[in-house]
Amino acid sequence: MKLKATLLGAAAAFAMAPMAMAERGTDGNVNVIYWQAPSILNPYLSSGTKDIESSSLVLEPMGRFDPSGKPVAWLATEIPTVENGGVSEDLTSITWKLKDGLKWSDGSDVTSDDLVFTAEYCMHPEGGCAQLEKFEGVKSVEALDPQTVKVTFSEPKPYPYLPFMGAESPVLQKAQFSECLGAKAPECTSANFMPIGTGPFKVDEFKPNDVISLSANDNFRDPAKPAFATMTFKGGGDATAAGRAVLETGEYDYAWNLQLAPDVIAKMEEAGKGKTVAGFGTLVERIELNMTDPSPDLPEGERATAKHPHPFLSDLNVRKAMSMAIDRTLLVEIGYGQAGRPTCNLVPAPAVYASDNTDCMTQDIEGAKALLEEAGYTDSDGDGVREKDGVKLSVVYQTSTNAVRQDFQAIIKEWWSEIGIETELRNISGSVFFGGDPGSPDTFQKFYADVEMYANNFPGTDPEGYLAQYTCDKAPRPETQWQGQNINRFCDPAYDALIAELGKTGEIEKRAELAKKLNDMLTKDTYTILPLVDRGRVSAHSNSLGGVDLNTWDSELWNAADWYRIK
Amino acid sequence: MTEASTPRIGALQDNEPPKPHRSRGADIWAQFSKHKGAMLGGGFLIFITLAVLIGPWLWGVDPQKLDIRNKDIRPLWSGLFSDAKTSWARPFGTDNLGRDHMAQILAGGRASMAVGWAAMLLSLMIGTFIGVLAGFFRRLDGVLMRLTDLFLSLPILPLLLVAVTLFRQPLRANFGPEGGMFILIVCIIGVTSWMPTARIVRGDILALKEREFIYAARSIGTRPFAIIRRHLLPNVLSPIVVSATLGLATAIITESALSFLGVGFPSDFPTWGKMLADAVPRMSEYPERVLLPGIAISLTVLGVNYLGDGLRDALDPHIRGR
Amino acid sequence: MLTFTIRRLVLAVPTLLFISLVIFLLLELAPGDPMAQVPLTVPPEVKEKMRLALGLGEPTHIRFFKWLVQFFWIEPQVFIDWMTTKSAIASILPDTDFYTPCGVGAAAECDLRILSWQTRSPVMDIVVQRLPQTLWVVGMAYIVGVLIAIPIGIYSAYRQYSVFDQAGTFVTMIGFSIPPFFTGPLLIVIFSVYLGWLPSIYDTTLKVVSWDTFVIQFKQMVMPVMVLALQTTAQISRYMRAAMLDNLNQDYVRTARAKGLSEAVVVMVHVLRNSMIPVVTVIALGMPAIFGGAIITEEVFKVNGIGSLLIGALFANDLPMVMTLTFMFAILIVLFNLIADILYGVLDPRIRYD
Repeated sequence: MKLKATLLGAAAAFAMAPMAMAERGTDGNVNVIYWQAPSILNPYLSSGTKDIESSSLVLEPMGRFDPSGKPVAWLATEIPTVENGGVSEDLTSITWKLKDGLKWSDGSDVTSDDLVFTAEYCMHPEGGCAQLEKFEGVKSVEALDPQTVKVTFSEPKPYPYLPFMGAESPVLQKAQFSECLGAKAPECTSANFMPIGTGPFKVDEFKPNDVISLSANDNFRDPAKPAFATMTFKGGGDATAAGRAVLETGEYDYAWNLQLAPDVIAKMEEAGKGKTVAGFGTLVERIELNMTDPSPDLPEGERATAKHPHPFLSDLNVRKAMSMAIDRTLLVEIGYGQAGRPTCNLVPAPAVYASDNTDCMTQDIEGAKALLEEAGYTDSDGDGVREKDGVKLSVVYQTSTNAVRQDFQAIIKEWWSEIGIETELRNISGSVFFGGDPGSPDTFQKFYADVEMYANNFPGTDPEGYLAQYTCDKAPRPETQWQGQNINRFCDPAYDALIAELGKTGEIEKRAELAKKLNDMLTKDTYTILPLVDRGRVSAHSNSLGGVDLNTWDSELWNAADWYRIK
Repeated sequence: MTEASTPRIGALQDNEPPKPHRSRGADIWAQFSKHKGAMLGGGFLIFITLAVLIGPWLWGVDPQKLDIRNKDIRPLWSGLFSDAKTSWARPFGTDNLGRDHMAQILAGGRASMAVGWAAMLLSLMIGTFIGVLAGFFRRLDGVLMRLTDLFLSLPILPLLLVAVTLFRQPLRANFGPEGGMFILIVCIIGVTSWMPTARIVRGDILALKEREFIYAARSIGTRPFAIIRRHLLPNVLSPIVVSATLGLATAIITESALSFLGVGFPSDFPTWGKMLADAVPRMSEYPERVLLPGIAISLTVLGVNYLGDGLRDALDPHIRGR
Repeated sequence: MLTFTIRRLVLAVPTLLFISLVIFLLLELAPGDPMAQVPLTVPPEVKEKMRLALGLGEPTHIRFFKWLVQFFWIEPQVFIDWMTTKSAIASILPDTDFYTPCGVGAAAECDLRILSWQTRSPVMDIVVQRLPQTLWVVGMAYIVGVLIAIPIGIYSAYRQYSVFDQAGTFVTMIGFSIPPFFTGPLLIVIFSVYLGWLPSIYDTTLKVVSWDTFVIQFKQMVMPVMVLALQTTAQISRYMRAAMLDNLNQDYVRTARAKGLSEAVVVMVHVLRNSMIPVVTVIALGMPAIFGGAIITEEVFKVNGIGSLLIGALFANDLPMVMTLTFMFAILIVLFNLIADILYGVLDPRIRYD
């Protein structure tokens, strides 16, 4: 009897299987683990990746980027362009049109008022909006009709896909947030924890920095989706434990961003409970060389500023030799495996913007030695460290605490010692290193070291803002409270002029040409920045989770509506 | 009267000349050397101290030297029951960057033992000092114990960051990157871990100072510091010894946590705690990488524990000579 | 003893105020930035605006004063309101309405509670949310640890150098010298990966309503409790053993035996009572730590209790959260040290403080 029932059940399940995919909430529960726990579900109040990605299950923008970095319409009917008339000829306005019949999860209609409100919410001067950059240069946002919104910029925007585009800038419900403008934004705890959205899931319970319980949104626009009735979104711990929970024990279905050494991941995958997926974006692990003198003997306020050029790193030959000594392929093999590619470029993607510069790919220790010898750096006292005019080639090399980075430090120290450069390693807790506290000597902006390593990328697909970080005026210095993104204090008027030109250019081919030129100026022409690895993202999903399409240009959970259980 | 009493006293008289007087030190050593555990523990500690002091010099391999081609070599014994990659030149194997494990254990032991002992002694000294003063002098009790409460409630991480900000650069300038860090680490561990010892010592002193023998000592006019040194300290020795044993283990482990926070030694400078922490993600493939430093730490702590046991027994006049 | 207790309680107030000031200044002085976890792609001007929105623009003494008012005046109001309206015990009392909330539909004059910088929500609400799992796991581990440690300590001392004592010493010392960041993953590899018996991730949403859910709760508690109890057991049993050894050779023990008291009474009543002082000290020092949670163990098993809340707040430089948690911790430290002092007097009536 029992056996028969089981068999019948199995047969029924088999017959139903193709159908099951086409019905909402039939696949039970899905478990997602992020080793950084989300603190808030309003991306405008936190720009931490964990918060943005978790909120993308609930809140949605007008358009997203797909896994190839192409814009795709999401809540909008189509992506506005100059060709379809959505973007004005003079590049000063963009008009978005909402899809028909969109509903919030509480059943009310999505209208253009919600978009206008969202812009007002983020652009409020006292709100402390984390995504303000997305709305920079926006003059007005107005509703033309209940379905249409026009965003006007104060000057021509060659790249207008900033507001309402991507997971960082989703649409909020006006009714829920109307009393949370400006200084009141942080006080709306329930709205920030349980935003009403249009996404495939809605929040049932949110325990900050711990767990989110979600369930399928009954008013989601596709009646067949999502396949899962509920989702548990757990946060906390470390990448090893998250990987283990998906790949080794199978307790969880999806683990985000497994920043682990390749051999550790490979070993976990052997357990056969799940597989990893990798995707590449624009994140580049790089070594930044300090153009200014960070010596502690200099008075505070002059240390690491343009007043004192670096005694030997200001010499192109030293910088070039340091780059030549590095074997980037080996670094990738040891630290990133399938999640990394050696690169010589600051802008590794999208393809149209990526320079063809590959001159740093082969390690050349002998060449580096010869270069230093020629430039007058010799080891006269036989201690294995070269010197010139009494200045030893001795560097302090700092980075944040992270197992892979410490391995990189050890290897690179070895290579540099081979060419006669002495290295002292220092690692600093990430919360201090990446913090902007002007009182701390250990922040990456202050750069009280000769050499430092970290990774950076740019959001979206346009590198203009990213390359503009290296203009002279963006150098961190005491007058700016050590804020600024030109970490190595690179300063070249020709570079600044090219950046200004890029800001005025609209044609994509010309922009790409300029961007490549700028990239080369920082890398192969001056060796100010030594790019090491084009870092991808590795995430893992269980064998039974279907529909995962890793996206590094937008939220990883961008297509959670399409996820289903493989039976 | 005297005639009658003589035979009674006779039983109390010495029949032979007394043995030559032995010094207290010799007594203590005699008792101590009979304690098997203590001798074993002490012997092991001497061995491991010598090993980490002379070992790196004998073994002669640079623990920081990378050798990527020879990475992930297994220790010799894993060659016995599998066809793992082993090498006679690398008896304990190598890590994921090809650094020699044997050299790392020896060099790491030097740092860990130095930090462990120095930090433990510092914290013990501060703790005992404050505990004795607070327990013995009622007027100091309130102030010192509130100070202890304050130190117990200070969050350690911000304290570390403040200490680093203020002191790293001057210490580095005067003692070099590793020497300066050593002083900073020892001081930080010492300053943040004396409180339990102080509380325990104070509790014991509070009870001891009301005992009859202290009253007796007081009544014959012994000065307070003589009472502390001669009567109180020997009697609170056993909790202090336990604190010392536990403190050594804690100091060795805490050092590795500090280097994770970026407060410790440079990242390529091996210590036992750091070797253990670094090896945890790969512990099922390369168990020796966790076992070797783990065993080294455990045996050292066990050695100190047995040594302390023996010392306590030897210094306890109730046990000695029985 | 009563006057002593009252005097100490009164004295505790200025002590705690001083401690809160020191902690606040320490946090101010420590390098760190609440914007550290914000991606580098966000420009510095935006970060500066976000800092101002957090109230970081105000001078230190104003922020300290605001925090004091929020902690000692507004949060108690919230607590009293909750007690009289929602809690089971005090809801017979008339409902009070001291606290005027801010937010949607707020009055013009409203009381701002201590808000976390990470979550923008009241710190106390998160603490209340986190307490159950911390008390369950860490508290249970402490109870288990103490219950195992005391008998081990007593018996080890009573039969010094017996096989039991030697084995106990060996196991506890190894247990203590191996840190939880190793024992935790080791247990996970054995029991979750190879054997598959226990879950490696603690489910904080689980509510114990039936036998089955109780079994699940039990399973997920086993490993963290084991790891933590090992440390507690090692520590307390060592102190217990040492104190018992000190007392077993005292003259009063011989007297008690000579009086013809049974061995059990001699050891368990006379010797034990006199040996409890260091053990009481250690236990009292450990009690606040239960509330403080166990940072590494909570992180390894993702229990997400107070310990992981504190470390997360420290790394994110969430000063209101760190300040509040540390200060609550300080209150417990002062309180339990007072309790220990009172217990000394009970254990040994000769101890006098007046």
